[in-house]
Amino acid sequence: MNDDAPIFEVSSLSLYYDDFRALKDIDMEIRRYAITALIGPSGCGKSTLLRCFNRMNDLIPTARIEGRILFEGSDLYHPDVDATEIRSRIGMVFQRPNPFPKSIYDNVAFGLKINGYRGDIDEAIERSLRQAALWDEVKDRLKDSALELSGGQQQRLCIARALAVEPEVILMDEPASALDPIATLAIEELVRELSESYTIVIVTHNMQQAARVSHETAFLMAGEDRSGYLVEHGATSQIFTTPKSERTEAYITGRFS
Amino acid sequence: METTARGAATVRGDRAATGRFRRRRGASLESRVIWWVFFLCAMLSVLTTVAIVFSLLSQALSFFREVGVWEFISGTRWTPILKPRSYGVLPLVNGTLLVAFLAAIVALPVGLATAIFLAEYAPDKVRRIIKPALEVLAGVPTVVYGYFALTFVTPQLQRVFPDMIVFNALSAGIVMGIMIIPMVSSLSEDAMISVPRSLRQAAYALGATKLETSVKVVVPAALSGIVASFILAISRAIGETMLVTIAAGATPRMTANPLDSIQTMTAYIVQLALGEAAHGSLEYNTIFAVGLLLFVMTLCMNLLGYWVVRRWRQAY
Ligand SMILES: Nc1ncnc2c1ncn2[C@@H]1O[C@H](COP(=O)(O)OP(=O)(O)OP(=O)(O)O)[C@@H](O)[C@H]1O
Ligand SMILES: [Mg+2]
Repeated sequence: MNDDAPIFEVSSLSLYYDDFRALKDIDMEIRRYAITALIGPSGCGKSTLLRCFNRMNDLIPTARIEGRILFEGSDLYHPDVDATEIRSRIGMVFQRPNPFPKSIYDNVAFGLKINGYRGDIDEAIERSLRQAALWDEVKDRLKDSALELSGGQQQRLCIARALAVEPEVILMDEPASALDPIATLAIEELVRELSESYTIVIVTHNMQQAARVSHETAFLMAGEDRSGYLVEHGATSQIFTTPKSERTEAYITGRFS
Repeated sequence: METTARGAATVRGDRAATGRFRRRRGASLESRVIWWVFFLCAMLSVLTTVAIVFSLLSQALSFFREVGVWEFISGTRWTPILKPRSYGVLPLVNGTLLVAFLAAIVALPVGLATAIFLAEYAPDKVRRIIKPALEVLAGVPTVVYGYFALTFVTPQLQRVFPDMIVFNALSAGIVMGIMIIPMVSSLSEDAMISVPRSLRQAAYALGATKLETSVKVVVPAALSGIVASFILAISRAIGETMLVTIAAGATPRMTANPLDSIQTMTAYIVQLALGEAAHGSLEYNTIFAVGLLLFVMTLCMNLLGYWVVRRWRQAY
């Protein structure tokens, strides 16, 4: 695949929860091997948009989309597309760490097993834990319960778990919001490292975080009708220094939240 | 910050000063009466348990004065009424466990599958039909199950096993299994429903199918509750009386063959209690020995169930 071609192309995307239109006519492209930050006030639809990229919204019975998302040039929502296969190619990390109540080892092994991994599982687990900068802390206690880890370690375990499946994209929904500042920095550094080999879309409430980690930033807002729409999308440096829209400027300078 | 604190203090001060919130007169007497009413109600069950244990023990004791405990526990011939008399309880234990085992074979898989279906798959409409149906199943009197086994299930089974006699363990075991399905399914479903949604999402986000999510994430996470439901259901099967009295026969026997006629501990107690044995006779006292053993067995099962729940409970 051409590295310059966007990995996702979103066109006229709307999403409804029953009659409520949570997203309105979103048009955007997600750059490959870049970190794209989604920012915007609470309730503007950042998580909703993020879940469109790996079809997690399929699990919400009331959710329904209009418009189109192309992933690697083909329609993500085509009836022939298997959503479970898509989700093994597009990983997701959630706001709260959600390790399985199993051992550290089994947490990482889970995705490998269900996706029929044929290689050496132990090796894959070590690789993923190293990538998630967790290996040194847990290598002697792989059989211990994941629930015994600290919050920050749990979140890195969840990242390792997502990486083990070797996805092309990792979606992160405020991955550091439940963590303390030091654990947050560790996650941010990890995200930057991962962007060398993965495409990352990250939702964040934290302006500094968006400015620090991301290459591109998309700013969403909810209109009068509470529908989220895309205000502005561009290089992070441009969005934070010379935003085109006054609303973006107002938001990033904290004049409204 | 400071003003809020002071504000709160003022409100408290006001209450005390104006007495607007002063307790109604007599409230403390009332609450003491209520305390006693509730306490006595709660004590009723404790006292009953104590009384049962006491009466079982005292009568069983007079049995064991004449028959050795070891002879009772390890003997394989149970003929307390016929000569030569023999008081080995194992044939009755055998009958009880055989029926409970057959019931478990039916109820555990079906009950668990039902729970998975209800917790993970069933749309609300379907659930609204199945749940009440299960409750009805749980509410059917056991004597009805007994006649269902005897007059419906046994004849069907006899088409498959023409030599099988009318009173047999298989029919009673199958129907007992059906009877305890609601217990397994509702307790297991509760355990599965309390597994946080975030775990399911984690599984789906890794590309798991619904079946993989249910079987490899939800069921293991709910395992303590599921195992406890199994144990409690089996305990119920061990203690169940009417169904086996009607359908399983009255032939104490060491056998692993489900087609045999057997007798369970409970069915023996019923048989003897309804018979002619004189109160206080050795024959009569056998039912207390058997009852005590039954009580100990189900008590152990229940304790095991609670232990499993507490020991393995996940603190997600
Ligand atoms: N499952 C759902 N059913 C119905 N409405 C929903 C559902 N999930 C989200 N919404 C609504 O859609 C809108 C967007 O929600 P979303 O969670 O995407 O916002 P967000 O930008 O992620 O907010 P936050 O920053 O607080 O996480 C909100 O108005 C929310 O109430
Ligand atoms: Mg959100």
